[in-house]
Amino acid sequence: MRTIFYIMQKEFIQVFRNRMMLPIIFLMPVIQLLILSFAVTYEIKQIRLYITDIDNSVASRSLLQHFRSSPFYQIEGESKNAAEGMENIRKGTVHQMICILPGFEKNLAKGVPAKVQIINDAINGSAAALMNAYTVSIIGNYNQGIIAEAVPEAQPVVKINWLYWFNPELDYKTYMIPGILVLLVTIIGMFLAGMNVVREKEIGTIEQINVTPIKKYQFIAGKLIPFWIIALFDLAAGLLMARFFFSIPILGNIFLIFLVASVYLIVVMGIGLFISTVTNTQQQSMFLAWFFLVVFILMSGLFTPVESMPQWARNINVINPIAYFIRMIRMIMLKGSGFQDIVKHLIYLALYGITILSLAVWRYRKTT
Amino acid sequence: MTKEVSIHCENLTKSYGSATALAGLSFKVSKGEIFGFIGPDGAGKTSLFRILATLLLPDNGTASVEGLDVVKNYKKLRQILGYMPGRFSLYQDLTVAENLQFFAGIFRADIKENYYLIRDIYEQIAPFASRRAGKLSGGMKQKLALCCALIHKPVVLILDEPTTGVDAVSRQEFWEMLIRLKQEHITILVATPYMDEAVLCDRVALIQHGEIMAIDTPDNITRAYPDQLFKIKSSNTLTAIRLMNEFEGILSAEMFGDTVHVSAEKGRINANAIKEYLSEKGMMASAVSEADPGIEDCFIHLMKRSGIVRKEKVNP
Repeated sequence: MRTIFYIMQKEFIQVFRNRMMLPIIFLMPVIQLLILSFAVTYEIKQIRLYITDIDNSVASRSLLQHFRSSPFYQIEGESKNAAEGMENIRKGTVHQMICILPGFEKNLAKGVPAKVQIINDAINGSAAALMNAYTVSIIGNYNQGIIAEAVPEAQPVVKINWLYWFNPELDYKTYMIPGILVLLVTIIGMFLAGMNVVREKEIGTIEQINVTPIKKYQFIAGKLIPFWIIALFDLAAGLLMARFFFSIPILGNIFLIFLVASVYLIVVMGIGLFISTVTNTQQQSMFLAWFFLVVFILMSGLFTPVESMPQWARNINVINPIAYFIRMIRMIMLKGSGFQDIVKHLIYLALYGITILSLAVWRYRKTT
Repeated sequence: MTKEVSIHCENLTKSYGSATALAGLSFKVSKGEIFGFIGPDGAGKTSLFRILATLLLPDNGTASVEGLDVVKNYKKLRQILGYMPGRFSLYQDLTVAENLQFFAGIFRADIKENYYLIRDIYEQIAPFASRRAGKLSGGMKQKLALCCALIHKPVVLILDEPTTGVDAVSRQEFWEMLIRLKQEHITILVATPYMDEAVLCDRVALIQHGEIMAIDTPDNITRAYPDQLFKIKSSNTLTAIRLMNEFEGILSAEMFGDTVHVSAEKGRINANAIKEYLSEKGMMASAVSEADPGIEDCFIHLMKRSGIVRKEKVNP
C-alpha cells in the first residue's frame, strides 16, 4: 500500500508541475462545454433559398409567401429560369431551390396534382435532409389549407398530437452536454493515463523503476488512480457547470452518475493502459488512442442516434464503452433513472472493465 | 578481500536478430570487488549489465548475483541490486530531493538510516536539493543517480557507463566515491569506455564484440603485454604514423592523443633507430622514448591478435 502511495504522490507532483498538463485538465472541460454546447446545434437557421417561379400565378405566389415570411429562410434570388437557380446551387451560393412548374395554378383548379420541385445541396447530407423536411412540411401545411378551402367538411382523419418526453423543447444542450461530459472523462482516462505510462518508456525512467521491487499491480495502480481521481474531479466540475450555468436538469441521483463514471473509467483506463503496452512512444500511443476514440465517439450515439445505425454497427457497439456511458448518463440526468434501471448496463461495463484491465496488466512486462 | 563469489556468469549469450551482443561470456566477480568492463560502444557491456540487472533475458547460459539466478530469482535480486543505466533515468521533472525520497520510498528504505552511504556524494548536490533533476549538469545528474541507486543499501551495484559525458573533474570525484564505497563491501560492477578508469578497478575484463579478450588485474594485464612500446612525440602525428607503418620491423603504430605509440617485437629495434629513421625522412625534433604499455595498448594488441580490428577509435 505504501509503495502505491509513493507512486501516486510522484504522479501528482509531476502532473501539477507540468505547465501543459494543468490547462489540459482544468481548462479543457470549461472550453469544451462552452464551445460545443453553444456553437454546435442541429437546428438550421437561415436556409439560403432560391425561388424559380415559372408559373408566376396567384396560387404560386401564395405558396411562396410562406417561405418569405419564415424566419428560417433567406431568399437569395428569384427568376423564371430554372437554369439560373441550378447554377447557384452548383456555385454553392444557395442551399436549396424551389421550382414551381408552369401550370401549377391551373392544375390546382382542375384538381389534378400540381407539381413543385425542391432541389437541395446535399454536400452536407444531414443538413440537406433537415432543410428538405422543413420545406416539405411548409408545403404540406399549404396543401392542408387548400384542401380545407376546397372541401370545408373534410376533416383530417388522423389527428396527431405529440410530446417530447424528457426534453420537452428538444433543447439541443440538454441532449448534448451529458455526452460532452462523457468525452471529457474519456480523454483524461484513455489519453492521459495511457500516455503517462508510455512516457516513462520513452524517456527511459522505466529502466530505473523496473529494477526496483515494485510489483506490477502497484505500479499500475499508482499510475492510474491519480488520473481516476482527476477525471472524477473534472466530471464534478462539468456537472456543476451543466447545472448552474446551462441549467440542465439533473433529475437522477448525482452519486449514481459518479458510480457509473468510476466503473467507466476503469474501462477506458484499461484501454489506455493496453495501448501503452503495445507502443513505445507517446506519439504512437496517441495515434492509436485517437483511432479508437474517434470510432467510439462516432458510433456512441453522441451525434447520431444509435438506433439509426445498421445492425452490425450496433453489434460492434457492444464493445464501445462510450456508448454505454452516454446511454446511462442521459438516462440518469434527463430521465431520472435509478440504479434498478441501469444496473444491467453497469454490470456489462464492469465486466468489460475487469476484462480489459486484466488483459492490459497481463500484457504489461517489466522485463524484455 | 574475501574470495567469496558475488557475480557468476557462465557461457552467457544474447543476440538481437542476426547481431550477436554476447558470444558466450563466463566470469566471476568476488564480493566487495570493483570490477570494470572495458570496451568500446557496441561491445556488449549494456546487454550484459541489463541481464544482470534482471531487465533482459539471456538466450543461453546462466548468471547469478549473490547466489540468486537472474531469471528465476529476479524478484529477490531486485531487492539487493543498485542499478544505474547508461542513460539518465531519474525523473527530470522531480527535484533532487523528491527523486531521492521517491526511490527510498519504493525500496522501503530509510533515508536517515542509510544516509552515511551517500553522505559524501549527496553533500555535493545538497545545495541543489530543490532544483529539478533535469536542470542539473551531467556530473551532478550522475551523482544523484548514484545516490538513488545506493539509498536502499544494495549489496551489488551495477553502473553502466556512469562517467560517459561527464567532465574530467566530476569523473575523478565519482571514482573517488566508488573507491570509498568499497569499504562498505559493496560489489561494484562498472562499465566504461575510458581506459584510464580501468587502472582504478580491482580487476578488469576487456570486452569486444561480446567476447572477453582478457580478464585480470590492471597490472597483470599491462604486464602481459608482450612487445616493446615506443612513444613518439611529434607535431604531425598523422605523418609520423604513415612513416612508421613503412618502417621495417614494427608491429603497429597508433595515434594516442598528440603522441604515436609504436610497438615492435622485444629487442628488435630501439628508440634511436626510430629517431634516425624519422629524421632521414625529414621529421625533425621528434622525441622518441621507450614506454610502458597502458590498458589501451593492451586492448589494441588483443584486438589485433584476435583479428577483430575495426576502424573504430577506442579512446573517445
